[in-house]
Amino acid sequence: MATTITMPQLGETVTEGTVAQWLKKPGDTIEKYEPFVEVSTDKVNAEVPSPVSGVLREIIAKEGETVATGAAIAIIDEIGAEAATEPSRAPAVPVAQLPEVVPSSYGAPGAGPGVAAIPAVAHGNGAARNGRGASSEADRGRRVSPAVRRLAREHQVDLAAIRGTGTDGRITANDVVAAANGSKATPAAAPGSAEPVTRSTYAAPLPGTLVALSQARKIIAERTVESLATAPHAWTMVEVDVSNVWAWRAREKDRFAREKGFSLTLLPFFIHAVVQALKRNPLLNSRFTAEGIQIHRDINVGIAIGLDTNLIVPVIREADSLSIGGLAVAAGRLIEKARTGKLGADELAGGTFTVNNTGANGSILSKPIITGGQAGIVTMEAVVKRAVVIDDAIAIRSMMNMCLSLDHRVIDGTIANAFLGDVKKRLETMGPGGDL
Amino acid sequence: MAVASTKSVVMNNVEAVRQTLHEALKNDERTLILGEDVGARGNVFLITKGFIDEFGPERIIDTPLAEASIVGVAIGMAMEGLRPIAEIQFADFIYPAFNQIVGEAAKTRYRSNGDYTCPLVIRTPYGGGVRGALSHSVSVEALFYHVPGLKIVAPSFPADMKGLLNAAIDDPDPVLFLEHKKTYRLVKGEVPSGHYTIPIGKADVKHPGDQLTVVSYGLYVHQAIDAAQRLGTEGMSVEVIDLRSIRPMDRTTILASVRKTRKLLIIHEDNKFGGVGAEISAMVAEEAFFDLDAPIRRLCGPDVPAMGYAATLEEEFMISTDRMADSMRELIRF
Repeated sequence: MATTITMPQLGETVTEGTVAQWLKKPGDTIEKYEPFVEVSTDKVNAEVPSPVSGVLREIIAKEGETVATGAAIAIIDEIGAEAATEPSRAPAVPVAQLPEVVPSSYGAPGAGPGVAAIPAVAHGNGAARNGRGASSEADRGRRVSPAVRRLAREHQVDLAAIRGTGTDGRITANDVVAAANGSKATPAAAPGSAEPVTRSTYAAPLPGTLVALSQARKIIAERTVESLATAPHAWTMVEVDVSNVWAWRAREKDRFAREKGFSLTLLPFFIHAVVQALKRNPLLNSRFTAEGIQIHRDINVGIAIGLDTNLIVPVIREADSLSIGGLAVAAGRLIEKARTGKLGADELAGGTFTVNNTGANGSILSKPIITGGQAGIVTMEAVVKRAVVIDDAIAIRSMMNMCLSLDHRVIDGTIANAFLGDVKKRLETMGPGGDL
Repeated sequence: MAVASTKSVVMNNVEAVRQTLHEALKNDERTLILGEDVGARGNVFLITKGFIDEFGPERIIDTPLAEASIVGVAIGMAMEGLRPIAEIQFADFIYPAFNQIVGEAAKTRYRSNGDYTCPLVIRTPYGGGVRGALSHSVSVEALFYHVPGLKIVAPSFPADMKGLLNAAIDDPDPVLFLEHKKTYRLVKGEVPSGHYTIPIGKADVKHPGDQLTVVSYGLYVHQAIDAAQRLGTEGMSVEVIDLRSIRPMDRTTILASVRKTRKLLIIHEDNKFGGVGAEISAMVAEEAFFDLDAPIRRLCGPDVPAMGYAATLEEEFMISTDRMADSMRELIRF
């Protein structure tokens, strides 16, 4: 009988392992419990003992290959078994909590420090729970209320086939009713599936229409989830007095539009201040990697442009080489192209920092999601006239909030606020008479 | 509700009680009011103000500060054919009358094998949240609801005040009529004109819903409705039942609702241990166990000897609408 050997789980939080070295090659005989492969993870290196005696028929995961826990790595033909059959495709059961815990259903002698858990075999054995630490949360997920028990019996519903939507995954009475009504109750994940369990907190679908995902929407969905999942977002906000720069813009805008053919908004002034501040605070213009924080040479500013159905972020390359007027033209061109769907792939790539003009839609405070691979994103919120206190006198000033989401792996609040303070100072000191 | 007239007037709970008493005094000369300060002072909440001038000191009787005597005298009057409405100035002062209420009034019909009844109403303001401290904040319902032969009502809407007070006056047996003093002027509502009654022992669904049943009475009904409305804006549906009568208890309404929602939250101001919620909880567990999809939960006053005077202590004792909303959310999501 052919037995599929899967990547063992070498620790509770480990989700994948790398095949470091095969100790056997196809055709070799393997004794049960004999180490036959060396596996490494970011936590341990371990030799993996064989769960069965047999002949190594096929190596699936090559040396150096990293595969998910539970994924097939080899096939062993068991000695003494009947004719070889196709390996079962049933998902593996992650049993090991190694090195110190030995799964009881195998009871490997000699499994000690440095020897990995015996990998799961695809015989569909029930999960061998180790005796200790059965969590009460998990217990709650399995317990059923009197109503659930009665409804399941009345409707002849198999509770094992229902994924609960209650607290801690508890199966609620409504889940049973929904399953009985044949509505799309989410089927339970196969036990021990390598697939991470993503439990929806939403109940069964409600009446309504389904809008198909456009490619852009799919990408936005993936990227935002990925960014939030990988970069710990911290957030801060400062307010800026933009009265002077606002007045400057008002004075120049007609002439600028006439001469350059693009309207002069507050955006290029803002980008200019941001770019100059990035020069002073290069940590904001970087990318977090496992090897270190990659500080970019160029400052390429992405500008988030909201379209009717999606969002697009074209990039002004080497924005630090442009004047305010130059930025106005560059941004104007990109916005025009974005609206007419004419942006090229190269105009969407290479951003090192992002600016989002959320104020254009009237927002006065927002919490932006960092573009993946960048260290921060800053928003310019709506400019509103407010009564502010200047030198103990009340004045009416044009005020604007700036919000910054930052990747906390890269920078902390001190640097973030130094950066924002720098942007603020630059904006507040701009004014009529300056150089466009 | 048997309504004699469709006309209605907006009033608060004080005015509803006052109007009902006034109509009873006018319509039935057997009725009379006795208690501390009900005459010349016109009651501490001015409910009987001017009554003594209109109906005379023989029907509006100022008594000494002796609660056992107030109830004892009223029992005698009731057994001999009058319709006394006794008042205990604050529920906190009712203890001296405990023997008269429990030992005499509640047992009159049984002891006399039906030869005598005791058509007595004992009105008393109860409840806290008014900076009333130790002796002006207590809830006494749990001390009495154990006693067969005694009816207890605790309405908190003006229309219910009138309908149930009329029913209590008409009732041939003793009724303890509890009025939450914080709702006296806080709560306003339409009250039908003319004589009508609301049956004692009948709860009322004040806010319909289908994900959670909340049973409450008194001041907290109003907060529970506020919380339910708040949850409504979050897409959650809560049914709020105003118990109105504590004994007899409307098992039918509670059970029907719990069978629908499968979850139960009981909210009352009285202490938790052995409180009214304990009885409701036991009743539902006995009758509707296989309909329950979550443990029954009670939000009640803490088991401390009294409500403190300090604002912080009072706040700790009283249950805020936020806390109610939090518990409701938790149970719905459970």
